Amino acid sequence: MAATIEAPAPVAPAPHQRPAPRGDRLSSWKWSHRLAFLTCWACGIALCAVTLAIVVYMGVRGIQYLNPELLFTRPTPGLQQHTTGGILDPIMGTVILTIIGIAIAVPLAVTSAVWLVEYGKPAPLARAVESGIEVVAGTPDIVIAIFGLAIFQLPILAPLSFTASGGGVFGRSFLAAGAMMSLIALPMVFGATREGLMSIPTHVREASWALGKTRICTIRTILLPQVRANVATGAALGMGRIVGDTAVVVVLLGATLQLEPQGDVPILGNLRGTGSTLTSYVYGASPAGEGNAPQKAYAAAFVLLLIVLTLNFAVDYLGRRKETR
Amino acid sequence: MSAHDRVVDPFLDDAVPSLPPPRRRVRLDRTPVPVPETQDAPRRSAVRERGPGGPERMRVERLSVLYGEKPAVKDVSLPIHAGEALALIGPSGCGKTTLLRTLNRLTETTAGATREGRVLLDGVDVEQLEVTALRRRVAMVFQQPNPFPMSIFDNVAYAIRVQNKKRPGRRELEPQVADALRRAGLWDEVAGDLDRPALRLSGGQQQRLCIARAIATRPEVLLMDEPCSALDPRSTAVIEELIGELRRELAVVIVTHNLAQAHRVGDKVAFMYLGDLVEFGDAQQVFEDPRAERTRDYVAGAFG
Amino acid sequence: MFARRREPWTDRQASWRLGAVASLVLLTIVLMVGFVAVRAWPTLQANGWVSWLGSGGSVDRQLGDMIKTGQDPPTAAYHLRAWPLIYGTILTTAVSVLVGLAFSLFSAIFIVEFAPARVRAVVVPAVRLLAAVPSVIYGLIGILVLAPFVGNHLISPGRKDSVQNVVQLDGTGVLVAIVVLTVMITPIMIAIVVDALRAIPPAWTEGASALGANRWEAIWTVSVRAARPAIVAAAVLACARALGEAVALSMVSGSRGFSPNPVDGITYIFEPIRPLAASMVENVDAINAPAVKSSIYAFALLLLLSSLVLSIGGYVAKLPMRRQGLRV
Repeated sequence: MAATIEAPAPVAPAPHQRPAPRGDRLSSWKWSHRLAFLTCWACGIALCAVTLAIVVYMGVRGIQYLNPELLFTRPTPGLQQHTTGGILDPIMGTVILTIIGIAIAVPLAVTSAVWLVEYGKPAPLARAVESGIEVVAGTPDIVIAIFGLAIFQLPILAPLSFTASGGGVFGRSFLAAGAMMSLIALPMVFGATREGLMSIPTHVREASWALGKTRICTIRTILLPQVRANVATGAALGMGRIVGDTAVVVVLLGATLQLEPQGDVPILGNLRGTGSTLTSYVYGASPAGEGNAPQKAYAAAFVLLLIVLTLNFAVDYLGRRKETR
Repeated sequence: MSAHDRVVDPFLDDAVPSLPPPRRRVRLDRTPVPVPETQDAPRRSAVRERGPGGPERMRVERLSVLYGEKPAVKDVSLPIHAGEALALIGPSGCGKTTLLRTLNRLTETTAGATREGRVLLDGVDVEQLEVTALRRRVAMVFQQPNPFPMSIFDNVAYAIRVQNKKRPGRRELEPQVADALRRAGLWDEVAGDLDRPALRLSGGQQQRLCIARAIATRPEVLLMDEPCSALDPRSTAVIEELIGELRRELAVVIVTHNLAQAHRVGDKVAFMYLGDLVEFGDAQQVFEDPRAERTRDYVAGAFG
Repeated sequence: MFARRREPWTDRQASWRLGAVASLVLLTIVLMVGFVAVRAWPTLQANGWVSWLGSGGSVDRQLGDMIKTGQDPPTAAYHLRAWPLIYGTILTTAVSVLVGLAFSLFSAIFIVEFAPARVRAVVVPAVRLLAAVPSVIYGLIGILVLAPFVGNHLISPGRKDSVQNVVQLDGTGVLVAIVVLTVMITPIMIAIVVDALRAIPPAWTEGASALGANRWEAIWTVSVRAARPAIVAAAVLACARALGEAVALSMVSGSRGFSPNPVDGITYIFEPIRPLAASMVENVDAINAPAVKSSIYAFALLLLLSSLVLSIGGYVAKLPMRRQGLRV
């Protein structure tokens, strides 16, 4: 490509008067590139605007309708909004469900991810597991909920919920919902763990194997500690999904406003019983559900948002702390 | 599964093993491999014939580059002529890579970098040129081969496509791509299947592909940042031979920490130390009869 | 996680023990598909596969009739034509995924390349937060803010009168459903694409810049191209989420098993629909009636099959990218 020899530039000015270097000017781009650039900016601005709108709106409404006594009062059924009590039970329901779900999901997911990345034999099984988890990830939560109903209404699982007098297993309880919630959180933890493991370069493992450690020892002592942050991220993502899930709750938790334990054993009774969570409460209190309590709905939604925000911050904080170590 | 293969079997080399073998047979390269004459110290006549020399393409005038407070390049001036290879040598951290990257304004992407002095390309300050226009005339090959995740053809054609207003069709591009691959010495090895993914080539081939990609649009200056440091000796020899060919058409600036390579490949040599240009001159003179004390210390022992 | 044992596990032991756990997960999935298929069988058998998917009559009335048939319904009680629900699902999913994907791609490029650093520092966490917001909240905003706005300000009384014999236009319908769904699925797509773009080795973009590509070209022809597997994954994920979105859509889509008719012109976007998932949620209370149970499981089977097809489609789309050496 022949260069066009232009007239030599004038003597370079003193450093502090240096003209700005000609950068990548938009005016020299093709029109299609300019259009793309504008589109990017437009989308970016729209994104910021929508985000701001949602956050501000929920914040305003929440502060408007949420008063602290709501957080500590149990809900009671009622026709008028001011008689329907607070949201303590839904909050407790959310917490219990999340704990059960994550407690089941994390060990299963991490184990599966470790097996898949580090062993993965026989290969067809590995592929099947991978595809299977992708199937679960893509399955709508309502389908998982219905499946849960099918499973937990089997007589063999009657102890996990309660049996009606006619002999039909109710199939709806915290345990049932928690088990299905673990299926929902599983793909996130699995994916995050797998990403973490795959991002550890081979030479780290090779160095450990070259020292004579078995693979499982390497996993336990070197790899797993390194992916702790990933597992935490995945667990937080899973928790977020559990906290926000409504379909499983509506189908599998019995939709009673208050926590209704089954039987007399203190904790187990609650786990076998029914209740509600913040999500099902919001659904019920909105015009789509039966209650007509939009103000309570906003309040509960605000609390829900705060929980989700806290989860996100916790994840970021954990991630940053691990990096500075 | 690819993840499984990559992790489990540490004895496969780093070519991606899980992909299926190429569909077409690769034609074996039967051209005689130039035997590298210089496996150890080049006492014998390892020096190739010097480049023809030509007009001045670029000129560095009193260039200083600072990263924040730390000066990386201090007040360096030197000319770069077409038809020659300029070797920049010096210990680690002496600023030779920074100098090279300033030539095509890549230092601007580093935050906190400031410059003084100027660099002229054919008499025009490079800062006054559009960055993209500058980089079309001053091409660069990096230390780690970085072919794009596309086919070989698309890699070489990338620069041509990017630089044309109207996207040229494949038929127009084929001769240019073939020509670039020939000049880079890769044609015989890949002509069979140009649509093969570039990432499946070996390291030396990938680097030659990057060279082909850089010279496809016939730039005026080719900058090379330690192009052989990540390669095995055979590939190194091939690329050095290539540089010998290329410098006839363009100006080549090569940064290298390998003194023997600088002696084999360079026509002019610039020795830098901690940001200062200590010595600049013909390769013969710098290596056999250096003027500066520091140069003498640095090159002593390399040639016995 | 593996407690200290007196004898450390050998690799072979570990392999099959861990594999057993992984297989447990697989088993659950297989069970799920099996259960759903078995329970769905009666209604499919009674109606015939093809005609069950077709249209004919009002779905709502058919479901209502089923509830009345009690515990041991005759075959005729299983009658159902699910097309309005399927149509609603396809419509909302396809439009929101397409719009969302385009928007997400450009937003992600904006975030990674063009946004000023301060804006980027705020937007990225905000997007992640949005991706974590529960769908019921989007539904709440939709039904308490968007639907009344559309119903009161965008739909004229004349339009409402013109269709009042057939449907009630109250703002919930196709438009609000698509808007809510798009807003719901976009953040996760943006997050995935941004992560993928950031994970591109800078050597590639630097190489592209060094060859004379401008900022847009470098990112589009190299980064986005290399991030194609992630973009496909994002699209598949968004599609799956849109397909299965039950609660938010049941709040904003109008809750009537109705097939909007494009011939109606602009009114088309205001007409109510009810996608499959939303129908399941709304009828789950009646699940004790076997006819209803079978129909709901049939919907579930359809959704399962769709997400299966989606996953396979995503895998197939990524195959040629795998060949190029991209990490899929």
